[in-house]
Amino acid sequence: MRKLTFWQRLYLPEILRGMLVTTRHFWINVLRQRHTVTQQYPEKPTYVSERYRGRHRLTRKEDGSPRCTACMLCATSCPALCIHIVAAEHSDPTVEKHPASFTIDELRCVFCGLCVEACPCDAIRMDTGIFALAAEKRENFIYPRELLLGDAMPENIAEGKAPAP
Amino acid sequence: MAKKLTIDGKEITARDDATIIQAAHEAGIVIPHYCYHPKLSVAGNCRMCLIELEGRPKLEISCNTPVADDMVVHTNSPKVIEGRRGVLEFLLINHPLDCPICDQAGECGLQDYYMSYGLYQSRFQEEKVHGRKVVDFGPDVVFDSERCILCTRCVRFCDEVTHTNELGIFERGDTAQIATFPGKQLDNPYAGNTVDICPVGALTSKDFRFKIRVWFLQETSSVCPGCARGCNINVHHHDGRVYRLKPRRNDAVNDTWMCDAGRFGYKSLHENRLLEAAARNDAGGLTPATMQDALARAADLLRDRNPATIAVLAAPQGTNEDCYLLAKLTAEMLPGCRITMIAGEPGDEDDFLLRADKNPNSRGAQDMGLPALASPDDVAQLAAAIDTGKIEMLVAVDVDLKAIFGTETFARLTAKLQALIVQGSAMRPGSEAAQVLLPSAAYVERHGTFTNFQGRIQRFNAAFAPPGASQPAWRIYRRLANLLGADWNYPNHEAVWADIADTVPGYGIDYAAIGDQGCLISSVDSPPSGRG
Repeated sequence: MRKLTFWQRLYLPEILRGMLVTTRHFWINVLRQRHTVTQQYPEKPTYVSERYRGRHRLTRKEDGSPRCTACMLCATSCPALCIHIVAAEHSDPTVEKHPASFTIDELRCVFCGLCVEACPCDAIRMDTGIFALAAEKRENFIYPRELLLGDAMPENIAEGKAPAP
Repeated sequence: MAKKLTIDGKEITARDDATIIQAAHEAGIVIPHYCYHPKLSVAGNCRMCLIELEGRPKLEISCNTPVADDMVVHTNSPKVIEGRRGVLEFLLINHPLDCPICDQAGECGLQDYYMSYGLYQSRFQEEKVHGRKVVDFGPDVVFDSERCILCTRCVRFCDEVTHTNELGIFERGDTAQIATFPGKQLDNPYAGNTVDICPVGALTSKDFRFKIRVWFLQETSSVCPGCARGCNINVHHHDGRVYRLKPRRNDAVNDTWMCDAGRFGYKSLHENRLLEAAARNDAGGLTPATMQDALARAADLLRDRNPATIAVLAAPQGTNEDCYLLAKLTAEMLPGCRITMIAGEPGDEDDFLLRADKNPNSRGAQDMGLPALASPDDVAQLAAAIDTGKIEMLVAVDVDLKAIFGTETFARLTAKLQALIVQGSAMRPGSEAAQVLLPSAAYVERHGTFTNFQGRIQRFNAAFAPPGASQPAWRIYRRLANLLGADWNYPNHEAVWADIADTVPGYGIDYAAIGDQGCLISSVDSPPSGRG
């Protein structure tokens, strides 16, 4: 260990030097509040970069139906195997295929963004800026299609039950 | 006389009547193709199999050019690759490029060859010709005319293989399309093969549609247990679940085809499975038990009885290994017991693949020492013997007891029977009356061999582990025999086979030597100890 100098060994001068730094910052913060680094989160929303990979969302076509065609490329590229899609026949033969269910297990997700890159239809994006995913139960982290589409939260989720498979 | 030619610098001897594509494929040189199919006539319309013949100014199609002596063929010269690229560009002009929603994606000829030979930027500026989408062709087949490249494989299949002539090409030019003839449906018993041979996503299977992407599937070579023919198949599965069965080429058995009944036979694999062993408790209810306990219980029930009062009811659904150990178990441990082989209801038969005997191993079961298939009289006699008390105990293997005896008779017989042991892969009608339930593995979950009606021994492989506590039936018999006092040591199916090869006439062949295409009993040195 480095040997303390005489002044340091006196203790009090060093304490005063430290207090000086603290006091300087105190007055800077009081007098120039706009430049403080402290953020008033969660009272004020924080800044999120445009490229930030937040919670996923599913986009819609102009007619309001999901853009997703259930091609499974996101599920294929997902390194965490957290995307589960059940494809089904669409009543419109020109659409042909659509996701009957689309769930993302947000607890498994590593937010790598490969699903967004893989999607040939721009159907999944991570541009919501939502990073504070919180829930009281693990089951509530399995996000169903409705939630990802930004629809109202299904009742069973709101009540804290697992979504129907 | 054979013809000698050179393909890609390789000296090849080909059959006299071979075409270049056949000669090349037999020599292991792959020539890309769509309309050519080894089991169908030559159409020569896709133009994908172009090759360069020295001395000819233009590229030739290899599927319709017969081999000749001293031919020099190039399958990968710059000229050929340029030609293929042009053909692909034409084929893809009106293609909708809807791979994300197309079931064929991942096993599509257009995708594969585009990656190998295409890789061009599309020059097509015009509006694509739109066709009919999701056209219902029949019970299992859906057609999409936009994806179709009019290779006519499906049309030729219906004309030449099934002779049912449901499909044809209608209209002309860029509106030409495949369709069923008016009033007809693609509903012949082999219709599923049209989906297999379609090189693009034009024909898709309703059953498989959108279930899973093909790149998730694993493939295991197997044998269809649907009837006595034993068509060679590939089991396509993922995560312990079978998604589809595809025919595997075996020219001696099924060429490259299989029937729809066999194709959809996989569904029963996941229905009503018997997953845990169970034994009847003192209160009379069936409660789950460990395999160990259930087998001990079964052994106790078998041990305390005069074997002559025990009857075994089995269906020739088991493999040769199962049948061999069952025969050995009954002969050595239960001498004098009565074995009845249940054939089940005969089904459709035709002059192509389907056999009336819906059991995969009737021939093998007899060869392994089990009796011939029982007649209805035999079953009636068995029922009478149970009624009179001559038979006190029944061991049922893979059979539907209620279908065999009739529901009412079976209810009467269960009251008479002192014990009933049921072994099977599924809960079948009547199984619930058992004292002991022993779960056995289905054919996709285990290795084994079947002998088909031709006497061809065919090997199949385990696609995934048996679910729950179920085990291959031969293992159950081995454990049961050892509990009854035998000293059998069969660590795996190959050990059982080695025993079969040593003792069963005509079966003296090494397990590995059976190969993927099977081998005929008669072609094997009989009798025993022919093994090297």
